[in-house]
Amino acid sequence: MPEILITLAIIIVKVVTFTFIVVLPLVPLSVYFERRFSAIIQDRVGPNRVGIPLTLFGAKKDFHLFGLIQPIADGLKLFLKEDFTPDHVRKAFYWLAPALTVVPALITVCVIPFGPDVTLFGYNEKLVIADIDVGPLFIFAISSLTVYGITLAGWASNSKFPFIGGVRSTAQMISYEICLGLSIIPVLLYYRDLNLSNIVNEQAKNGWLLLPFWTDGKLSLPSAEAALFLIPAIIAFLIFTISIFAETNRMPFDLPECETELVGGYHTEYSSMKFAMFFMGEYAAMVIGSALIITLFLGGWSVGFGLDNVIANFSIGEFKIGGFIHIGVFLAKLIAFILFFILVRWTVPRFRYDQLMKLGWVIFFEAALINVFLAALILAAPEFKTTIIASGSVLLLAVTAAVIWVAKVSEPPVKILRA
Amino acid sequence: MPTIKLTRPKLDSGEKIYLGAIFKGFFLTLTHAIKTLRGKSAGAEGLASSGLGVTMQFPEQRWDAHMPEYYRGAPTLVTDEQGRERCVSCQLCEFICPPKAIKITPSEIPSDDPWAKVEKRPLEFDIDMIRCIYCGMCEEVCPEQAIYLRKDYLITGTSRDQMVHNKKKLYEIGGVRVGLVNKWNELK
Repeated sequence: MPEILITLAIIIVKVVTFTFIVVLPLVPLSVYFERRFSAIIQDRVGPNRVGIPLTLFGAKKDFHLFGLIQPIADGLKLFLKEDFTPDHVRKAFYWLAPALTVVPALITVCVIPFGPDVTLFGYNEKLVIADIDVGPLFIFAISSLTVYGITLAGWASNSKFPFIGGVRSTAQMISYEICLGLSIIPVLLYYRDLNLSNIVNEQAKNGWLLLPFWTDGKLSLPSAEAALFLIPAIIAFLIFTISIFAETNRMPFDLPECETELVGGYHTEYSSMKFAMFFMGEYAAMVIGSALIITLFLGGWSVGFGLDNVIANFSIGEFKIGGFIHIGVFLAKLIAFILFFILVRWTVPRFRYDQLMKLGWVIFFEAALINVFLAALILAAPEFKTTIIASGSVLLLAVTAAVIWVAKVSEPPVKILRA
Repeated sequence: MPTIKLTRPKLDSGEKIYLGAIFKGFFLTLTHAIKTLRGKSAGAEGLASSGLGVTMQFPEQRWDAHMPEYYRGAPTLVTDEQGRERCVSCQLCEFICPPKAIKITPSEIPSDDPWAKVEKRPLEFDIDMIRCIYCGMCEEVCPEQAIYLRKDYLITGTSRDQMVHNKKKLYEIGGVRVGLVNKWNELK
């Protein structure tokens, strides 16, 4: 077989496996987790019945599987519902919008590294669909397209509540995109690389960004630089995580589909599978967001504590399949982080819209900018004289104080209405 | 009317950062989650929970033992200890029934019957359980103590016909009720 055909076959296998076998099933799974976890938080049981209906085939009892089949039943229900297109909508955009929310989220899967590499039948392959050198930039570029889906849905529905939802979503996405991009600059400065596979490799070798307790695969205390860098790393982690919440329209930032004010928000006029596409897009964005956070801050597929080399070299005969174990580790971390997303949703109440905007523009934007300076200062410290670093720190403190002062002054005093 | 001035609470800097409150929230929700998984949620015992939260999981577990005395289930016809059907088909229940669920076809008691002096009994007595709202007015209005709301609550059927309780079914659910006033007995 010519080489090019084999390469093509490998690419197709990777695309199909990672997108349709690894990531897509995570979407219904996270819906299931959402329902079960929210239930146990609220002292309920949640869907625990739908399983394999063995009674249909003459058995005595059904096999309930803890209700894991529930999302499939939900999906089937949505498929069978009437797909109603209202008369007053702009048809082309109305039909385009749901696809525009799902597709970008699934495209971004291609730069997420699921594992190091495996050797099968003499071919050594990295467990990432496209190993490009602009990973995070690619994700930001593509996932920002999701907002078009939501805005188009709001506008094309030609009705007030979806429209308000769409406008809100646009404003929110644009505001938080900035913090999202700025907050990971310290991380990229630290790794001196934009390739996500290399970033994870580095973390597997020298400690996760938020857990730098091993170097070269051996447990050790972090170096002074890594320990100091924990400060900007934690700030970046906080800003990035919260911005991802806003970016994926999750609670506490789900104002575009705020039920109490906007009926259903931008998908009010949608039904059946078109609504399900929005639903899927939202959860897919959540999965990808979690994957990105894990990849950048929490070591991606690596187990950590110097165990990665042992696993990576695990092989049966000719086949080096340690990478598959790493996929398992990655998925475990991913599910843990999705559970965190869900916990946040059922804990933190929704923000008011002005609070949301203030948080994005007045707090996170400035905090992310200052964080970039702080990270640069820490990274540059070993290479420059003490005087330069000291004056830099003084400047940073002055700028921080100035920003906080401006933020305080610019805020109008609360007017108390008298009865 | 006196004016009550509400002052905004003064937040200290820790409260303004908001993160502390969020972590408090995490603690609260996680405590609930863990308690739910251990079956120790508040009120789980009193509500006879299934061991997961406070929920009783229905088909396997039932509320029957905890049902209050005043529970209003399916309306039924009762017989007394003498085996007499108590309904005299006066149709008061039919007339008072707010959703018009009851339909009675009256008939006479033949003269050779030991209870001939009661004169009337229902030929047919249908209660449409799709319409019934379990209000208990039929029980209240009945001058003969013949219709009672029992504790049956699982009224199911796969067709409309199955949801109509006829006379036979009503007596079957109702059964015998003792200690009622037997005003048709002979004075001794």
